[in-house]
Amino acid sequence: MTFLLDDEQHEFGRTLDRMLSAADVAGAVRAWGADDTGPGRKVWQRLADAGVFALAVPEEYGGAAPDGHKGAPQDGRCGEAPVGNDGAAPEGYRASGLLPLLTVEMSLAFVVLGCHAMPGPVVETVAAAALLRRLDDPALNRRWLPGIATGGHLVSYTDQAHGPYALDAAAADTRFVIMDDRLLCAAGHGPVQPSLDPARRLARPALDDEVLASGPEVRAAAAHAADVAALLTAAQALGVGRRLLADTITYVQQRKQFGVAIGSFQAVKHRLADALLALEFAQPLVFAAAVALAGGERRAHGERRTRGDVAAAKVAAGEAAYGAARTALQLHGAVGYTEELDLSLWIRKARALRSAWGTPSACRARVLAGAP
Amino acid sequence: MDLEHAPEDEEFRHTARAWLTTHVPVTPLPSLETEEGFAAHRKWERTLAADRWSVVSWPEEYGGRGASLARWLIFEEEYYAANAPGRVSQNGISLLAPTLFEHGSPAQLARVLPPMASGEVVWAQAWSEPEAGSDLASLRSRAVRTEGGWLLSGHKTWSSRAAFADRAFGLFRSDPNADRPHRGLTYVMFDLRAPGVTVRPIARLDGKPAFAELFLDEVFVPDEDVIGEPGQGWRVAMSTAGNERGLTLRSPGRFTAAAERLVALWRRADPSDTALRDRVADAVIGARAYHLFTRAHADRLAAGASLGDGPGAGLGAHPGAGGLGGDPSGGLGGDSSLNKVFWSELDIALHETALDLLGAEGELAGHANDSPDQGGWADGWLFSLAGPIYAGTNEIQRDIIAERLLGLPKGRR
Ligand SMILES: Cc1cc2nc3c(=O)[nH]c(=O)nc-3n(C[C@H](O)[C@H](O)[C@H](O)COP(=O)(O)OP(=O)(O)OC[C@H]3O[C@@H](n4cnc5c(N)ncnc54)[C@H](O)[C@@H]3O)c2cc1C
Repeated sequence: MTFLLDDEQHEFGRTLDRMLSAADVAGAVRAWGADDTGPGRKVWQRLADAGVFALAVPEEYGGAAPDGHKGAPQDGRCGEAPVGNDGAAPEGYRASGLLPLLTVEMSLAFVVLGCHAMPGPVVETVAAAALLRRLDDPALNRRWLPGIATGGHLVSYTDQAHGPYALDAAAADTRFVIMDDRLLCAAGHGPVQPSLDPARRLARPALDDEVLASGPEVRAAAAHAADVAALLTAAQALGVGRRLLADTITYVQQRKQFGVAIGSFQAVKHRLADALLALEFAQPLVFAAAVALAGGERRAHGERRTRGDVAAAKVAAGEAAYGAARTALQLHGAVGYTEELDLSLWIRKARALRSAWGTPSACRARVLAGAP
Repeated sequence: MDLEHAPEDEEFRHTARAWLTTHVPVTPLPSLETEEGFAAHRKWERTLAADRWSVVSWPEEYGGRGASLARWLIFEEEYYAANAPGRVSQNGISLLAPTLFEHGSPAQLARVLPPMASGEVVWAQAWSEPEAGSDLASLRSRAVRTEGGWLLSGHKTWSSRAAFADRAFGLFRSDPNADRPHRGLTYVMFDLRAPGVTVRPIARLDGKPAFAELFLDEVFVPDEDVIGEPGQGWRVAMSTAGNERGLTLRSPGRFTAAAERLVALWRRADPSDTALRDRVADAVIGARAYHLFTRAHADRLAAGASLGDGPGAGLGAHPGAGGLGGDPSGGLGGDSSLNKVFWSELDIALHETALDLLGAEGELAGHANDSPDQGGWADGWLFSLAGPIYAGTNEIQRDIIAERLLGLPKGRR
């Protein structure tokens, strides 16, 4: 039918963007990196109130059902401007019976999260919800999904097939770990290790704790959750890249050398044109993968192809964001190479997201495995 | 958001596929850059036209099917998947025709389009001059007023297919006293066999006479062959330029089909070479990205793309937050420049990767017996190398992207 966002989707994105623009997300990121998760959790709660996490949770567990929300957020808490009137997801989402876990809306939300460098296990929490939904064990669902939907529950989720480190294990309320075909709930974790993106705090989870489920269906659900995580990481990267490009455009228009704005130099312009090109062509891959994962293309597509679509989005968005980071740094000159400038938050995140939930090489292999 | 085609559109796909399956020549036609090949391709155009497949997006009265943009994209997918011959009429169909639809008179449409659709008249583009390449507006060929028309004089060059084509369209300076270089230009159509025209073929990098220079000495053109108002040629030409860079010149179907052939090639080659594998994957990703970008673009056009509130508006209020396949302003203006740079670089990457996969056989060109694909990849590589040069070089396109889409200041040219 149409490969465009509709009005409601636009409005959803704009609402989130306005809300995060009003909140001091950069301050929350810096605090998060310094082990103070308070400001970050406040932003998290506002995202939940706007319906972001509810998108991943079915109505019966307090997901995006009409009455699934705990009411309006506290205006003005996280920023000067009272944002969105009720902060809740637009009517259409709450009312829609569809609300599949992975929709275009979720990707859209994650682009906006990337634009604002949102800290915390945002991807992992949604991936955990995806895992639970696929396992569909009512006891597990009841235990976790409502908390995820309402924003009270942050989940650190690790799949040992994808790497040993848990993101924000210390900050999260729950640590899920996939080991082979078992789903574990880890009580503890090893020391938090320095990461190149200080806001991504990595630790090895404990592996010998409560076994929540096991068997081949765990592996299948974990594969699905990994696709969800890869897609949302790609969407987040896209937002990171967009922001890096936008801030750099602003900068090259005001910074003068040789008596003119550096943005009038062709070498500068062409680097920025290339950054835009990479982002513009990554974006439809991200949204097409969202459509495929939501089942929109299943009929023609098949599971392996869908996985390839997600992997393609991950490669393209990851490379585009990383390229934008390199460009942003270069064109800012020395000031770009400082921690003080907020630009550093996005530069470092771009590199981290490139490898998270699928390295470029692993994703390229998956693209070819799914190619017709 | 949804990527499924409507059932009627899928039906259209099946009709096209069925036709192509029975009509596409089993042995590839000789290169259209040779006299023999040109004639064979002209015949193929006639075959296409006979069943109204040569110009599917045109109105029926001119030999088309009135197909929507979405159906045109489907047709192109099927066309390239079927390995059908290259289009000798491309200059006319994708450059001149859109210009005529926008600026031509009804009489011009009726006179020019049907023989174009059937391949009876093949067109060449006569824009470039020896001193006017990227700086096209500095062109010097003249059109001088005469009784009932104009007299053209000057020197055009790099005119693709002019060696064997019938007619040409181009820009001429009709008012030498205009205050700016791009004023006082007139857009005309002329006969390549008219008295006063000398065509000198130029051998391309591969030795084939794929383009030519034209020497014009008081060549008469009647008023009826002027497109738009005399003196307004630049404005008329710029609508053509958008088409040339944009999707009509390089439809996604072409790259999708090439990427599929590349994957097949890779599956036969050494799978342990991960560097090559990654390049194959990137070509597949690029072809899919181009396909999807174009889908979004087509959908925006179909939705009557409005200015100011593009599909990216929900992605944040940053200048870097563009729409799905588009221009942050929501307009479509700069998209063709994004397209141009992307497809031209993708085309080279696809072909270079194929040649590296082929190894020693990759060196075999033009219907070589030993080559698994009869030199298709080698010939394609030679052709792909021109992509970043023609239709406005990629340097010029990057300037346009930076200035029109990113809002950066104009620099010195
Ligand atoms: C295969 C092929 C087919 C063609 N077919 C046709 C045709 O059918 N009809 C027709 O009219 N023309 C045709 N052309 C010509 C084509 O349009 C021109 O080659 C093109 O516009 C560039 O002009 P030029 O070759 O004179 O290069 P120049 O303009 O001399 O440029 C040379 C180099 O300098 C760079 N450069 C120039 N100005 C700038 C600037 N301001 N900033 C940065 N870099 C700059 C260019 O990007 C390029 O890299 C064809 C060309 C090729 C290769």
